[in-house]
Amino acid sequence: MDRLEELSRKKPVVAAIHGPALGGGLELALACASRIASDDRRTQLGQPEVQLGVIPGAGGTQRLPRLIGIAQALDLILTGKSVRAGKARKLGLVDEVVPKAILLDVARKRAAALAGGRPAPKRSPLVPEKLQEVALEDNPIGRRFLFHEARKSIRKKTRGHYPAPEKALEAVRIGIEEGPEAGYRAEAERFGELVVGDVARHLVEIFFATQELKKDTGVDDPSVKPARVEKIGMLGAGLMGAGIAYVSVEAGIPVRLKDRDDASLGRGLRQIAGILDERVKRKRLTFRDGEEKLALVSGTTDYSGFKSCDVVIEAVFEDLGVKQTTLKEVEREAPAVIFASNTSSIPIGRIAEAAQRPEKVVGMHFFSPVDKMPLLEVIRAKSTDAQTVATVVAIGKRIGKTVIVVNDGPGFYTSRILGPYLNEASYLILEGAAVDEIDSALVDFGFPVGPLQLLDEVGIDVGSKVAHIMQGAFGDRMRPPEGFERIAASGRLGRKAKKGFYKYEGVQKGEKTVDETVYELLPGGVRRGSIPREEIVERCVLQMVNEAAYSGAKFHDRSRSAR
Amino acid sequence: MTNRTGRRTAIIGGVRTPFVKAGTSFRNLTALDLGKLVVSELVQRCELKPREIDQIVFGTVIPSVQMPNIAREVGLATGLPKEIEAYTVVRACATSLQALTTAADAISAGEIDCAIVGGSEAMSDVPITYSRPVAQAIVTASRGKTVVDKIRAFSDVSPRDLLPVPPAIAEYSTGLSMGESAEKMAKENGISREAQDAFAHRSHTKAAKAWDEGTFSKEVMRVLLPPGFEEAVVEDNVVRKDSTLEGYAKLKPVFDRKYGSITAGNSSPLTDGAAALLVMSEDKARALGMRPLGYLREYAYAAVDPNWQLLQAPAFSVPKVLRRAGMKLADLDLVEIHEAFAAQVLSNLQAFASKQFADEHLGGAEPIGEVPDGKLNPNGGSISLGHPFAATGARLVHQALRELAARNGNSALISICAAGGLGGACILTRE
Repeated sequence: MDRLEELSRKKPVVAAIHGPALGGGLELALACASRIASDDRRTQLGQPEVQLGVIPGAGGTQRLPRLIGIAQALDLILTGKSVRAGKARKLGLVDEVVPKAILLDVARKRAAALAGGRPAPKRSPLVPEKLQEVALEDNPIGRRFLFHEARKSIRKKTRGHYPAPEKALEAVRIGIEEGPEAGYRAEAERFGELVVGDVARHLVEIFFATQELKKDTGVDDPSVKPARVEKIGMLGAGLMGAGIAYVSVEAGIPVRLKDRDDASLGRGLRQIAGILDERVKRKRLTFRDGEEKLALVSGTTDYSGFKSCDVVIEAVFEDLGVKQTTLKEVEREAPAVIFASNTSSIPIGRIAEAAQRPEKVVGMHFFSPVDKMPLLEVIRAKSTDAQTVATVVAIGKRIGKTVIVVNDGPGFYTSRILGPYLNEASYLILEGAAVDEIDSALVDFGFPVGPLQLLDEVGIDVGSKVAHIMQGAFGDRMRPPEGFERIAASGRLGRKAKKGFYKYEGVQKGEKTVDETVYELLPGGVRRGSIPREEIVERCVLQMVNEAAYSGAKFHDRSRSAR
Repeated sequence: MTNRTGRRTAIIGGVRTPFVKAGTSFRNLTALDLGKLVVSELVQRCELKPREIDQIVFGTVIPSVQMPNIAREVGLATGLPKEIEAYTVVRACATSLQALTTAADAISAGEIDCAIVGGSEAMSDVPITYSRPVAQAIVTASRGKTVVDKIRAFSDVSPRDLLPVPPAIAEYSTGLSMGESAEKMAKENGISREAQDAFAHRSHTKAAKAWDEGTFSKEVMRVLLPPGFEEAVVEDNVVRKDSTLEGYAKLKPVFDRKYGSITAGNSSPLTDGAAALLVMSEDKARALGMRPLGYLREYAYAAVDPNWQLLQAPAFSVPKVLRRAGMKLADLDLVEIHEAFAAQVLSNLQAFASKQFADEHLGGAEPIGEVPDGKLNPNGGSISLGHPFAATGARLVHQALRELAARNGNSALISICAAGGLGGACILTRE
């Protein structure tokens, strides 16, 4: 890179960028005398190294802040996010954005112009980014403030689990304060440390596993191809139904959305339009794209438009009888479709008992809120045929989900491993631990939310119901603590009832305050004893790990016997 | 051209929005919004894979300045495959009949196999333009190189020129409004106020009965109004469910206050709405396993001098289409006549039955014939259901085919009068 930079001073090298220029690709471009990008949507620039537990290792921490300013560079390097060409132009990361067809021509001309002594066009000093740069970065006090704030925000996000962002920050700071030579050295040292560390190793493993999963068709037989899906029928326009409809139209798949009356249907359409509006406001979508996506969903209160669907997903009331009635209606109205149930707890095999064509019945377990949660659990019942599985897996990927395929059974996979974990958290409360103590211990461990907040989100009644189903299926290791039903029985159902472990009324948005009146329902009362954090973490997490091992063993056996 | 020789066009299905008075439920929707709603719902109801569609022929009579080719915009905005070609047709009140017959020609010629045809009208969203002097000044200014040039362009504009110009309601060629022309026809043909009011009452009574009996449930979609999707528009709001003959007599004539007979009660109102049809070649319908509602057997257009009787062209297009089909009026099981004004329908019917008219205008042929009351507009018409200009043709075709099935008849005649002295007619059959 140094040699390239050196060469560029004598004989200008211009980077013409089309497609992703991430990590090393961007660092190579940074060493050039000028950068021209194509205006293509695929063109993206960024330093995603921290996402793999390392830092840019080829000068990114040094050249990027010098080119676009410290604050903007940190925003890219510390988060690993990437930007499109237009934004890159605003940041000064590229000098010009042109259509792909003339990219190479413009780059050649720029190189010739630079060789002739004419400099690259400068960005306007009046853009807000530039003004901030002048205010904060051109003096030592401003810079100290900047680095301090950046460190604080890293610590808040990583909770000390991920060393890379902080190391990257150090490398940037050293480069700015002690000069490029010290900076490059600092970058190399830190890169070396991180790359052989555990965190990077695991993150890289996850990365490759995810890549591998993206290629997985969900079925063993390579000759099985997913069916073409041109329209999805969505039954139920509630929170889940509308969420699934949204992710489908976002991915360009038309949806026919059905609910029992205009009011329910209207609420669902409003939810979809609301998410799209929000994305238009945040400039993730253009107004026209938003309108076009919204036009892909159409509502109905009867089954018209369902016969021509390829897949029908139901998100109706969570009750075996209701689901089976729905399945029969769909088979009558739309004989050829795949029927996917978005149940979180009812075995697919039980639903399929009512089917004329059980081979077309499958589970698609989405998580709420559907537009944000990346996981999709596809459940294969014994009767489900391979093409059905392959088809819904392909849909899952099209709508950008991480898809896992699991066998049918109580709780499938996610609820099954979550069950003992949530049970353990409940035992801890009955033993006298505080709600926030448990949640903060597990958030510190690395979960995005704690188990009790999760119960509030899912619904404490739902949690209780599932727990008993699991106990019935797996025996005593899934036994929920006695006396815990009292919480749900008192009408304290979680967020949906605005009453749970936490307060939902009279608190500011985003603030979490434990509703201490919940302790009155439990032995020990409001006075909470202290259980060591390590004990909380180990008891909860190990329950989950054990159950994962159980389920893995069982799946393994099954897949072997299937061959 | 006598009998068509090419492939026959099957009409697979149709749908329309409720028709509502301009300025009411659809006041915030554009012609594109309405077109998009109706086309999207049509594709769903017909259980059609959108990639089967070759062409969209669509129209709007009051054109939008932003989207001159509304057919293309409807296709794109509905999220249909972008490869479906599209163009816009206009023939005033016969616009969506034109869309149908144009697509039928393309099917007949083997150019396409499947098309969506229709029209939409948002009278609540008409373009308001500026006067000629202001428009010219703006164009000149936009070409001006300097600020001074740009300002100078406006020097000849007087303050009075700055008032916006409402859309024309008068015929460009005659300077008369549609109502004034209808008024002229009523007088020249001796159509009494009483006869007009009785016809309007008949129209409203039949439409109200049809709505009550659920006749329109398969024809009219429910519209959940964007952006809130809270209000559902489910019925036409033009039709008077409590129509009484006396009510009409109270209204004052609008176009000739002293000697006139045309009132708001015996005319069709300004209406917002959209309608569309799915059409295919017979082979294509068979290959896709579709059950057509019926077929387009024949069509014909005609025109008269607008200064004569503006809305009397049906008296020429109807004999033309009957001759082409080799049929007599009496052979038909149903006659659907577009009701722009009661005076116009009654003038048309009078001409159909008149020996004198046949002698003077049809070269001494037999009169076209009388239309028995039982066969005429049995579910109401444009006076009671409303008349979104570009949607009326598709509404009539769909309504006629459903009614034919209901009365187990085989063939229907549709007649539409249109601005400019134009008339269009077609014959539909179920077999």
